[in-house]
Amino acid sequence: MSKQIGEVILDLQNISLRFGGVKALTDISFDVREHEIRAIIGPNGAGKSSMLNVINGVYHPQEGVIIFHGRERKKMEPHHAATQGIARTFQNIALFKGMSVLDNIMTGRITRMKANFIEHALWLGRAKREELEHRKKVEEVIDFLEIQHIRKTPVGRLPYGLQKRVELGRALAAEPSMLLLDEPMAGMNVEEKQDMCRFILDVNDQFGTTIVLIEHDMGVVMDISDRVVVLDYGKKIGDGLPDDVKNNEDVIAAYLGVSH
Amino acid sequence: MSFGAPTGTPEGLGTFPRLLFHHAQTRGDAPAIREKDLGIWQTWTWSDVAERVRALASGLAALGFKRGDNLAIIGDNRPHLYMMMSAAQCLGGVPVPFYQDAVADEMLFVLKDAAIRFAAVEDQEQVDKLLDVMDRVPLLEHIVYDDPRGMRHYNQPFLHDIHALMEMGRIHNRNHPDFLDAEVAQGRTDDVSVMLYTSGTTGMPKGVCQTHSAFIASAQGGRQIDQLEATGDILSYLPMAWVGDHLFSFAQALVVGFTINCPESGDTVMTDLREIGPTYYFAPPRVFESLLTSVMIRMEDAGVIKRRMFHYFLGVAKRCGSAILDGKPVGLGDRLLYGLGTLLVYGPLRNVLGLSRIRVAYTAGAAIGPELFSFYRSIGINLKQLYGQTETCAYVCLQPDGQVKPSSVGAPAPGVEIKIADNGEVLVKGPMLLKGYYQRPDATAESIDADGYFMTGDAGFIDADGHLNIIDRAKDVGKLANGAMFAPNYIENKLKFFQYIKEVVCFGHERDRVCAFVNIDVGAVGNWAERRGIAYSGYTDLTGKPPVHELIKTCVDEVNATLAQDAMVAESQIHRFLILHKELDPDDDELTRTRKVRRNFVAKKYQVLIDALYGGQATQFIETEVKFEDGRRGKVSADLRIIDAETFPVAKQAA
Repeated sequence: MSKQIGEVILDLQNISLRFGGVKALTDISFDVREHEIRAIIGPNGAGKSSMLNVINGVYHPQEGVIIFHGRERKKMEPHHAATQGIARTFQNIALFKGMSVLDNIMTGRITRMKANFIEHALWLGRAKREELEHRKKVEEVIDFLEIQHIRKTPVGRLPYGLQKRVELGRALAAEPSMLLLDEPMAGMNVEEKQDMCRFILDVNDQFGTTIVLIEHDMGVVMDISDRVVVLDYGKKIGDGLPDDVKNNEDVIAAYLGVSH
Repeated sequence: MSFGAPTGTPEGLGTFPRLLFHHAQTRGDAPAIREKDLGIWQTWTWSDVAERVRALASGLAALGFKRGDNLAIIGDNRPHLYMMMSAAQCLGGVPVPFYQDAVADEMLFVLKDAAIRFAAVEDQEQVDKLLDVMDRVPLLEHIVYDDPRGMRHYNQPFLHDIHALMEMGRIHNRNHPDFLDAEVAQGRTDDVSVMLYTSGTTGMPKGVCQTHSAFIASAQGGRQIDQLEATGDILSYLPMAWVGDHLFSFAQALVVGFTINCPESGDTVMTDLREIGPTYYFAPPRVFESLLTSVMIRMEDAGVIKRRMFHYFLGVAKRCGSAILDGKPVGLGDRLLYGLGTLLVYGPLRNVLGLSRIRVAYTAGAAIGPELFSFYRSIGINLKQLYGQTETCAYVCLQPDGQVKPSSVGAPAPGVEIKIADNGEVLVKGPMLLKGYYQRPDATAESIDADGYFMTGDAGFIDADGHLNIIDRAKDVGKLANGAMFAPNYIENKLKFFQYIKEVVCFGHERDRVCAFVNIDVGAVGNWAERRGIAYSGYTDLTGKPPVHELIKTCVDEVNATLAQDAMVAESQIHRFLILHKELDPDDDELTRTRKVRRNFVAKKYQVLIDALYGGQATQFIETEVKFEDGRRGKVSADLRIIDAETFPVAKQAA
């Protein structure tokens, strides 16, 4: 692989997250390096989505620290995450169903819009200039994801696979340095999965975006990720290169069960 | 004074590069090519195009492209690929467009046959295909690609980004300022301008070499017939390797000087069509059919008032629309109604179809159903047919305005001579004929006769108005016992235009009259039966219902009535027919995988039915073995009724 994997840019240290008495995450530490594709895997309820939510500040862990780009935080806030270049997609698609693909992706630019509400409402000089500039960026994303033909279609009318692609588009429109993907391929057929894999690899390759993804399809994970971390019942049971993880006995046990 | 387009001046402007530079000089600011990129239509003027072509040609020369070399062009309709065609021509080379969806192994034959050293391709996908076969085409030296996406990690020295090539060319231009003009000046009008490969349904593909003069003559003829204007717009979306696209998007665009518009992607053609609103449009019949179907389906979902208004005015259009378009006399009442219809229905409908600015639309490539054809004409779209093949620059017959009939393909185009051989084959001669097949003098000699006529392989006749009617492939045409011509496909196609009829097999070669097997379309007939409350249990049962027999008989009678109009085919009226109890099926070897009838096999398998048709029986019992999709076998049997159709006396020309 020709890309250069860089320094650690996100370091999670001893993260523990509880909801009342339920321990969602217990003492988890792992790091993410610049430009890499980092997968988080694990059986249902292992705490994968919780982990992503900790990274972009939806959940606040009771213990542990998050170091992002050298800055140490007890907890991340969602708007901090967004303005610092973390974008994400959701396990259950969270798009505006009644809005067109174009408008949906445009919302990904919100954090970068400077003109205020009144300027936008009155379509004043700055707002207009800004909108044109953002639209250009959005069109680049549309071109990149090859969804020109549905540009004006309301998202609710699209098949599932395309909606997932639109959601990725919205995340990309924010020009993130780190992209969190929560099961980007869930519920897709083989062809849609292949397309999505190609887009993820292209994003990583062309824009150098660091990618953290949760995925159930082991074939996909082993093919595209650089390093894998494995969770089970809120604990880390494996971390390393895909091949190492594949042969890790704890991981096999967690996935297939052990014979007694 | 509008932009001065060149008017038939073969002296100075006998090649496409000269035409291009002439446009750039005389009307450099007019739009030449548009492409939708990043959601916005980008325009290249004639000067822009000329500058880029100059850069590309010089770049090619710097890479070692020489007079007589062939340049492969592989990709969707992209402006840069059209420019590459011109660039090759500037240097006296020959562009060879490929069908872009062919797989690598299919491209291999043409790559070898045309001795390709240089290829200009659209994107990574096409580059990958060429890299796949690279070791089997030792001659291939350089590949130029248009879209850099995904090409970052390709570092083979023989791969060139098209922009890098242009830069190379611009430097070459500065160092040798006279080089390119001298090259263009060397070009002669009877040089080969393009090589188009025939699809090769019969044997291996052959490269058809066409000269500048042939395509220029064809383009000028088209301009003359349709008064094409330099301000026109065309949507270029059909494969570049197809002769139709080369004539419309390349030759005519350069001769007339109108604008070609390249769609954003294959999936957005319909949206792009609406946005551009071309004045000149070309599509095979299936495109017109799917456009109409989509409208009809959406109309079914509309409110009652809209729906009734729509159907009422379509009725009006059917009655008088074509006549108004042809400038024939129409009563005042109908004229007013039609005017109202234009306001309420036809205008908005044309707009939805993206055809509101259309001056001329053409269809070709296959027979078009008369209903479909008349529908478009009746709502005011000047849809016409043309006839031609790769070997004749797709330019043999055109339907002139005001003389459009669904059945014929029109009158011989300006400069074209047509004659019908004794066996019914259409022979053509004119300035648009091929120079020859590439390195196949044997094939060239076979296809052009001693008097210089090209043998089209199609059988046809010239009707009373002097229009050519194409009936069949010449080799399929037989003779009735009395010597009259029998063209099974012609009759079968006429019947298949009825929605109730799925497949027809006609018999008549060396017999005294024509009889036919008919397969009903179970969807359409089933629907028809349901609406009439006719109960049926399945396919075989449905085919046995007397009302269905009557329904099909009306179709056959109607076809007989139209056949009777023309002396050439009047003898081929269908006298007796039966409706087959099972659908003809590729699994039972009755159809090929491409769903063409295997005539001889069917005749043998159902010999008993043919005997009954010609023997005069009223019914015939038959039992047939069928294979189910899971491989099991079963038998279906039925008593088939044989129906006598109504036949009409020959050729009442007054009708």
